[in-house]
Amino acid sequence: MNSKRRTLLKGTLAGSAIAVAASAGLLNPRQVLAAWPKASFQTQDFAESLKGLFNTDKTTASNDIELKAPDIAENGAVVPVTINSSLKDVEAITILIEGNPTPLAAVFNLGPSAISSVSTRVKVGKTSNIAAVVKAGGALYISRKEVKVTVGGCGG
Amino acid sequence: MADSIKIRATLKGDVCTVKALIKHPMETGQRKDKKTGQLIPAHFIQEVTCSHNGKNVLDASWGAAISANPYLSIEFSGAKKDDKVELSWVDNTGKKDAAEAAIG
Repeated sequence: MNSKRRTLLKGTLAGSAIAVAASAGLLNPRQVLAAWPKASFQTQDFAESLKGLFNTDKTTASNDIELKAPDIAENGAVVPVTINSSLKDVEAITILIEGNPTPLAAVFNLGPSAISSVSTRVKVGKTSNIAAVVKAGGALYISRKEVKVTVGGCGG
Repeated sequence: MADSIKIRATLKGDVCTVKALIKHPMETGQRKDKKTGQLIPAHFIQEVTCSHNGKNVLDASWGAAISANPYLSIEFSGAKKDDKVELSWVDNTGKKDAAEAAIG
């Protein structure tokens, strides 16, 4: 009777150890997802996406954001975008493509030494505006540019 | 598998320009496999971080709208020759990679 109790105890202990290990293993990808603003990336609404990121969707049009993108993109799967800003205290730069199923493409959070100039390449599904939203000094500034797409970037 | 990142850091004054090319399919999860008609599961980079001598320069969250084999160019100040620049990414399946370059 007593020895059986021992085995049972050992069994449960080993079982719980495995459960702990499994949950620890699962934790890693979950932590990544928590830091990644999932709701903002999955919403189909431009304003909601900004709200999820910055708690506001109020933007001011600004000439201090230079958004470089081609007027006509032959291949919507690869559209080069460059954003330069002369605004002060830039905290974040976001790229949104208004015509995409989910507008938000990227958020760049700048550290103190980073200069507000980023370039990358994005997919644009159909002819639409590309918007650069820059957070500077607690406020949001926006600049838009229309890109005509001859071959969509989201088809397969 | 540091092979997925090509990174180059160049210096002009005290401003360093980091250019990186990452090898990644950046699958949106909305495309269908032409042969089977099945959706191809989403597989894209979610987090990219760049640091200079261990200090964070920039961290980015990406969606699936970034092109396949992403290109990224950023700039930061306060750099010196031979300083270390590190770039790393994590994708939605938990895969990750990192690469390091000396500013030249």
